[in-house]
Amino acid sequence: MSVLVDKNTKLLVQGITGSAGSFHAKQCLEYGTQVVAGVTPGRGGEKFEGKVPVFDTVKQAVKATGANASVIFVPPPGAADAILEAFDAEIPLVVCITEGIPVMDMIKVRRVLEGLGGKSRLIGPNCPGIITPGQCKIGIMPGHIHKAGNIGVVSRSGTLTYEAVGQLTALGIGQSTCIGIGGDPVSGMDFVDVLTLFNEDKDTHGVIMIGEIGGGAEERGAAYIKANMKKPVACFIAGTTAPPGKRMGHAGAIISGGKGTASAKMEALVAAGCKIAPTPSDMASTLKSMM
Amino acid sequence: MKIHEYQGKQLFQKYGVPIPKGYPAFTVEEAEAAAKKLVDETKSNVVVVKAQIHAGGRGKGGGVKVAKGGAAEAKELAQKILGMQLKTHQTGPEGQKVRRLYIEQGLPIKRELYLGAVIDRDKRRIAFMASTEGGVEIEKVAAETPEKILTVHVDPVVGLAGYQARELAFALKLDPKKFTKLMASLYELFVKEDCSLCEINPLVELEGGDIVALDAKLNFDDNADFRHQEWKALFDKDEEDPVEMEAKEVGLNYVSLDGNVGCLVNGAGLAMATMDIIKHAGEKHGVAPANFLDVGGGANQEQVTKAFKMILRSPKVKAIFVNIFGGIMKCDVIASGVVAAAKELGLKVPLVVRLEGTNVELGRKILNESGLAIQAATTMADGAQKIVASVAGAK
Repeated sequence: MSVLVDKNTKLLVQGITGSAGSFHAKQCLEYGTQVVAGVTPGRGGEKFEGKVPVFDTVKQAVKATGANASVIFVPPPGAADAILEAFDAEIPLVVCITEGIPVMDMIKVRRVLEGLGGKSRLIGPNCPGIITPGQCKIGIMPGHIHKAGNIGVVSRSGTLTYEAVGQLTALGIGQSTCIGIGGDPVSGMDFVDVLTLFNEDKDTHGVIMIGEIGGGAEERGAAYIKANMKKPVACFIAGTTAPPGKRMGHAGAIISGGKGTASAKMEALVAAGCKIAPTPSDMASTLKSMM
Repeated sequence: MKIHEYQGKQLFQKYGVPIPKGYPAFTVEEAEAAAKKLVDETKSNVVVVKAQIHAGGRGKGGGVKVAKGGAAEAKELAQKILGMQLKTHQTGPEGQKVRRLYIEQGLPIKRELYLGAVIDRDKRRIAFMASTEGGVEIEKVAAETPEKILTVHVDPVVGLAGYQARELAFALKLDPKKFTKLMASLYELFVKEDCSLCEINPLVELEGGDIVALDAKLNFDDNADFRHQEWKALFDKDEEDPVEMEAKEVGLNYVSLDGNVGCLVNGAGLAMATMDIIKHAGEKHGVAPANFLDVGGGANQEQVTKAFKMILRSPKVKAIFVNIFGGIMKCDVIASGVVAAAKELGLKVPLVVRLEGTNVELGRKILNESGLAIQAATTMADGAQKIVASVAGAK
């Protein structure tokens, strides 16, 4: 009843001894995620929380524990390197939470990713992570607002994801998997990749897709939906009132040269058969009306 | 981050992109001295006086003038331009004050072309764009005659390939050797200096075939500032919104807008959505957001207090909407920060607070016990309605 992660996922935390890494590794453990290893170069041999072994390199950690997913809390100067290390260790799912990675570094990461032929997937950076409610939480989202069920959520924004999940849960509607793909201009999985997984997952019956101004990922998502999607998709696009040329918090949330406006994205999604929530308070009710 | 044309040209020179001779000037005297020096060096009386502001469209706004009478005329022009409020399509109606000039040699121009490099988000590559339509807004060319723009995408592992530069050279009818050398320099600059945009408009071909960058518009990727200590010296605070700058110094994302409702939100997406819902609910009543403010996930109480004070101090703010969905951010931290700021500066406008998520009960308790006149909202929509009612009702 999920995509990408479930109760069998074995998680490795890169940057487990840092302040963000240790705090959230603990939260993931408490949620029930199998956190099997941590990596901090130079701290190999230690134990995190008295039970999770820490290694110097990702390859050592994978060899010793069989970790098949990694979450990265390494600060921006070393984050791209941490992603590449996870790719080289052939970890199938790499989730990068770090905000503030230079785009030049991400262009290189993206180039390497494209050469892997699908061996690894990357979620993020600058994202809340991925959760399959009741089974596995990888990231920084508040676990308690989620409820297991059949709706997929995919979003470029962290807090708007929580908003959508909160609304769904309040209506008694559970989620299959929720994925934050992040707010950076160059990143890993995009809407098309996640929508494809939801479309193929027999336990996902509908999708909430949350976009924002900047770039063309929502338009590409709309083209996929129009051609392939068998399930209802309700959308919200943030930034209708954002002025052009200004970066709205996320590095990728900027209208440049008249491109990437909320209205253009909404138009493409409506043309693809999606329903647009008129306000961010109506995301769950809009999807419910389509089910 | 944006820098001035003369700073961009100093980088061009460092990497070997050909530029005209020129000197920056901060006073009329410096401008006159720079013009004299150029006349001596070039044996020509033609110099160009260029206003240095971050906005584009300087020429059309009257910020770029040619002096054919040497240093004396350049001095007169400098007197006129320095200190003027330069209005362009990018500055807004109030314009931008000119505090710096660039004095540059005049050159015999044969053709004006366009060359730009950007991050192409959809292709996840650096893209070079070139066009024979130089000197005009490239957005206009892209919209009206897209076939006149040629684009090449650079593989980050291979780097800019010779054939790619040649493709553009032949399309622009430029000397392939000279242009390939310029392109190689520009690509190296773009990568090493962590640019997000590098635009030369116009790139000119001179009588005789030399290629020169007549303008330089460079933006840097803010995320890379940790490896560019030298950017601090290039930063011009006069070009920035003072409130946005204050926010940046304490690690907050703030953008000033035209409306009358101050917003304090956690998360960029939720902050944008909050602006949208205020506008949606209040458009007919003249109610709109006054700012975008994302306090982020890891803000502490001091940061929240600072953020709330910035909103309280703004004279255009007629009501404040605090909208929090606590994840990493705990509701009690927000509540404590809001109460501390409001107690210090006094709360003179209606305040609507919507709290949800981590430690929500504790946050609500702090607000209830503060004695402040706070309207609690159950959802974003409810909060927006209450904001609109309080602003429209006060009129």
